[in-house]
Amino acid sequence: MQFNYITERGYRGLTDEQVYENGAYFGLPNSEFDAQQGSADYNAYLDEAVLAEQVGFDGVALNEHHSNPFALGAVLNIEAAVLARLTERVRIVLIGNPIPAHRNPLRLAEELAMIDLISKGRLVTGWVRGSGPEHFCNNSNPAFNREMFEEGHDFIVDAWTKPGPWRYEGKHFNYRHVNPWALPYQKPVPPAIIPGFLSRETAEWAVDKGYPYLGLGGPLAPNADLMDFYADRYAKRGLQAGPENFGHVVFCYVDDDKERAERIGLEAFTFGGGNSAFAKAEYTLPAGYNSPAAIKRLATVPQGGWLGVTKERLDEKTEGTRERSLEKQRHAAAAKYHQMRENLQMVVGTPEEVTAMLKTVLTCLRPGMLFFMAPFGNVSDEDRRRSIRLLGEQVLPELRAEADRLELTDMFQRQPGSVELEPGQNRRPVVDRDAIAEYTAKALAA
Amino acid sequence: MVNQPVEVTEKVVGVGGVGVVTIEGGSGRPLLMLHDELGFPGWMQWNEVLAAERRFIVPLQPGFGRTPRVDWFRSVRDVAAFYARMVRELGVGPIDVMGFSLGGWIAAEMAAAAPELFERVVLVAPLGVRPAKGEILDFLAMTMRRHVMATVSNQAAEEATALYGGGVSPEQYELFEAARAESSRLAWEPFMHDHTLPHRLGGVQGPDTLILWGDKDQVVPRGCAEIYAEAIPGARLEIIPGAGHRPEIEDRERFVGLVGAFLKAPPAADALSGPKSFVRVN
Repeated sequence: MQFNYITERGYRGLTDEQVYENGAYFGLPNSEFDAQQGSADYNAYLDEAVLAEQVGFDGVALNEHHSNPFALGAVLNIEAAVLARLTERVRIVLIGNPIPAHRNPLRLAEELAMIDLISKGRLVTGWVRGSGPEHFCNNSNPAFNREMFEEGHDFIVDAWTKPGPWRYEGKHFNYRHVNPWALPYQKPVPPAIIPGFLSRETAEWAVDKGYPYLGLGGPLAPNADLMDFYADRYAKRGLQAGPENFGHVVFCYVDDDKERAERIGLEAFTFGGGNSAFAKAEYTLPAGYNSPAAIKRLATVPQGGWLGVTKERLDEKTEGTRERSLEKQRHAAAAKYHQMRENLQMVVGTPEEVTAMLKTVLTCLRPGMLFFMAPFGNVSDEDRRRSIRLLGEQVLPELRAEADRLELTDMFQRQPGSVELEPGQNRRPVVDRDAIAEYTAKALAA
Repeated sequence: MVNQPVEVTEKVVGVGGVGVVTIEGGSGRPLLMLHDELGFPGWMQWNEVLAAERRFIVPLQPGFGRTPRVDWFRSVRDVAAFYARMVRELGVGPIDVMGFSLGGWIAAEMAAAAPELFERVVLVAPLGVRPAKGEILDFLAMTMRRHVMATVSNQAAEEATALYGGGVSPEQYELFEAARAESSRLAWEPFMHDHTLPHRLGGVQGPDTLILWGDKDQVVPRGCAEIYAEAIPGARLEIIPGAGHRPEIEDRERFVGLVGAFLKAPPAADALSGPKSFVRVN
């Protein structure tokens, strides 16, 4: 089992009113950015990663988003490089570089190789297509997103493994001299994990490339559906998927003071509307980004969406958001938050409570890699760091024992794709449907 | 006034292995119509009027949800080359063309590369050039609904309400999505314009050109129409007051009047004589 700490690295100088006024985080004018605050935030989050290592996390993860106070890590490779030097043991997990936004896969290959070298082989890359808003910030054509993603990825792997100098003339990228002198420390290439929000196309690609998949959210059942989808496709390749193939994200705040846990959890995870206020509908799914089939499927996932991709947004029911009173918006965000707690997407409470809830998640979904996403909003360093410490000192040891009991191997303990199926053999389950049903029934009854 | 409604048919025209779904209607000399970035809106009243004397040929652009996408298209110029092939293979040239917005851009690209294709060119609120002042509306940075609404400024126009007043059916939603996706594919960067088109239009002899622009157009600034008027030799710019991006719906009478007259007038003298030529023959 492998435990990772991650934070969105939000800018902590806004009021939730400002976000609600704007209708979302994305697009808030950068005239609101105060350099002192920004500087304090970037450094505080780096310090948190160091603390996470100290208290026992196995990895620290970073994500990349542009032009958005919700997530300041626009150039996550810079932060990763700093952590490569500040940390000594943890894996540095990037979830990840949006290849189509960069539109320069050779440069990406160089940056990542340097991070891997400086960290002495602790990089885990994450290949992502990039969320909707990234296209507008980087002027990257959403209609070619998938093509650029796949071509860019293949090029990066080649840049790392084919002896140079060599020449490449592709559809979206052209390089006449490929001979990077920064090559990864880990051979043949650093390990990778592929994040996705219930995306079948992404899961398919991950299977075909042999990469584990990191589920970014949603209730237990849709997650399980996607994991089964992955495992079925894996089985077609003659392979048995296991916990080493699956990562899972939970939004988590831990506090030894129960009342404070409840208060901060609510304030933080609903701040400005939470992560579904990431961006407005017009930026979230730009035309050409998703296949029509994918859009139809996303439209069926109620509430608890990722980065603004919710059924309501897709139905454009939120166009009148700004006309709603602040009170109504906060109320709606709180309702969503409570639903997400019931779904075990958000896990808030004392160490004992959080441990119990996460044991359920581990039992139901059986991931090998677990990512703890820190609170949003303007939570103080003191509260955030306490949560990290309590997680590391009280929650993780319990979960490790449970993971051992459940035999949840991670991708570093067992190479994904190393368990083969006998010809004609059916695959074994990867999730515990009984446990999911049991939990869901209990939650409904409550 | 012809009272019998025009028969509008749909057929598939093979062009380079691509089955181009094509709408036809009307009688008389052929008139090529290139729809805009939201797709063919359907047979409108203005079509009905002009169809009394013209046979409309309306190809449904590849990738817009009816004609399959053509993978090798990387730009609007590529679409223009494809349509040029279609015109040649149909044997209908020199033809008159009417292009709306993105369709206007395509028509302009065709004229720039192969003016002999056309006798007359009508550009209605054309995209394709960068205005000196103002910006083309970033309609891909807005929801589909807002985009559609922004194309019509005269909301009282009867056909506008009929078309866009209610909700969007699932089928129409998919068609709009396909249209926007294909428009993005072709013209994301630079946004909805080409750096060199004004230069390539310079000195293009041949077709008479009429440019129409509604002065309430929220999508394309006046500057675009003016650049086209400046770049195309002999072009005439007509402003339609009170109309937005869809003058053919928003002020049908004026639109039909201007276009009808233009299509009826004899073409200007050919290239070897007359004021357009720079070669004086003594």
